[in-house]
Amino acid sequence: MRVWKYGDDINTDMLFPGKYTYTCSTPDEIKPHLLEDLDPQFALNVRSGDIIIAGKNFGCGSSREQPVVGLKAVGIAAVVAKSFARIFYRSSINQGLLLIECPRAVESYKEGDFVEIVAEKGIIKIAEKVFKFPPFPKEVMKIIESGGLLEYTRKKLKEKNLN
Amino acid sequence: MGMTFIQKIIATKSGKDTVEVGEIVTIKPDHLLTHDNTSAIIQKIDGELNRYGVVDPELPVIVLDHVIPAASEKNAAGHKKIREFVGRFGIKNFYDIGEGICHQIVYEKGLALPGTIVLGSDSHTCSYGAVGALATGIDRTEAAALLLSGQTWLKVAQTIKINLTGSLKPGVSAKDLILQIIGDIGSDGANYCVVEFHGDIESLSMDQRFTIANMGVEMGAKAAIFPVDGVTREFLMGCGIYKEMYREIIPDKDAEYLKELDYQMNKIEPVVALPHKVDNVKNVEEVEGVDIDQFLIGTCTNGRLSDLREAAKILKGKRVAGGSRLLILPASRSILMKAVKEGIINIFLEAGGTVLPPGCGPCLGAHQGVLAPGERCLSTANRNFKGRMGCKEAEIYLASPATVAASAIHGKIVDPRKEVRG
Repeated sequence: MRVWKYGDDINTDMLFPGKYTYTCSTPDEIKPHLLEDLDPQFALNVRSGDIIIAGKNFGCGSSREQPVVGLKAVGIAAVVAKSFARIFYRSSINQGLLLIECPRAVESYKEGDFVEIVAEKGIIKIAEKVFKFPPFPKEVMKIIESGGLLEYTRKKLKEKNLN
Repeated sequence: MGMTFIQKIIATKSGKDTVEVGEIVTIKPDHLLTHDNTSAIIQKIDGELNRYGVVDPELPVIVLDHVIPAASEKNAAGHKKIREFVGRFGIKNFYDIGEGICHQIVYEKGLALPGTIVLGSDSHTCSYGAVGALATGIDRTEAAALLLSGQTWLKVAQTIKINLTGSLKPGVSAKDLILQIIGDIGSDGANYCVVEFHGDIESLSMDQRFTIANMGVEMGAKAAIFPVDGVTREFLMGCGIYKEMYREIIPDKDAEYLKELDYQMNKIEPVVALPHKVDNVKNVEEVEGVDIDQFLIGTCTNGRLSDLREAAKILKGKRVAGGSRLLILPASRSILMKAVKEGIINIFLEAGGTVLPPGCGPCLGAHQGVLAPGERCLSTANRNFKGRMGCKEAEIYLASPATVAASAIHGKIVDPRKEVRG
């Protein structure tokens, strides 16, 4: 597991350049361009289970979902940030990407620290320190537990059409 | 305790007397806006569309604007797929290429009315707060789910109240005001919040309100709302929409706000947002003399007739400085036609400008004015992120139409008030 550390206001153009928005939509098309203008090493070296730790307002800017789809596809286990931009936050729920809003954990992290996340308990361990993060509201958990918004909608539609 | 705009509209829409801040409520939006990304959206739900169809053919508003005319075979295939979808499911509100930028079309065609909820798979959907609609951006996946189910969840967000007093001075525009606010509170200053504008808002035209609401997302806002007043009603009347056709939602006087901010509009000066963040705002004097390669006037932020008039007034009889270029991007065909009729387009052409088809043009870096490494663009758009206009080694500065027009004459950033005074 590797931690990728970034600063404040990491926007959607840094996460996935706008020029590809209308030509790359599938996970395989998205992956090579992830974080292209921010950190060219990311797409080359990211591994499943890696974690991103960042500052405030992560994911600000466009409503494009390629950053979220891409981060989920390469197996990012969680993005831990001081705060997230609203559309990015919502999009991550829709794709089932784990976001952890925990400013104290971000401030505590130093390069090389071991990071462990126990999502079901709502805790993140950094070096030996333990931080709690609040759970998602129950209405939102239903979407995440279904495997994302489309799966949730499919399930609902099936139920509706059976009744 | 009274209710804010978002509390009132969500309570009304969900048939409740009251809703609390923080509550999560299921709502049925009045419209769902999608654009060129419709092809990627419907691709996610091909099977379900075959089985269940679109929940309501009157729900979607589809506008082709982002890469128009198609810049590649892939874009063209996307547009073709969208046209087939529109025909197959009888989608009522479809606007093909050249009609204009999606947000301008929703506004012009009266598809966002006071008291309605509009969700769109574009972050600048927040623009329709200008007419008192609750409008906000969502992703493609949520748009796909909405096409099938017609409903989603919304959280009743906290609200920031901004009190505006006085009026803007000549040479200063709504763009300067909203850039100043974003510069002050930061690009996450209203994150997860709704922003309501109050006070002397009657001095702001609908076009100016649209510019301000359009940039709500650049301070992280979920929505940016101008409560309905005489200016709104008059604008809607001009679109053939009468008072009986919509519901005015006015926030209660005793509503509870997260915080209140006061701005005296006569104290606002022309400002510029420097690369690579929208909240990196400086007074124009501090950046005067910065050389610019490309000037862009237009986009969904500042491509309306009043913006073009303002720019034309400055550019009349002048030439764009040698070594630099000027792009004009009207927000809709109807605006372009009026600008042609008024002689405004001729002024731009005589000045050496290039007029682009109504659409998103170079704003998102896919085509029509992509920058080269080391180049600088001064633009009236809403975003100056690194790489936004297609090149990560280029710089984007944001300003008002007047500042961009005045600067184009000199090939570098100047205070527009100097040109206006002549």
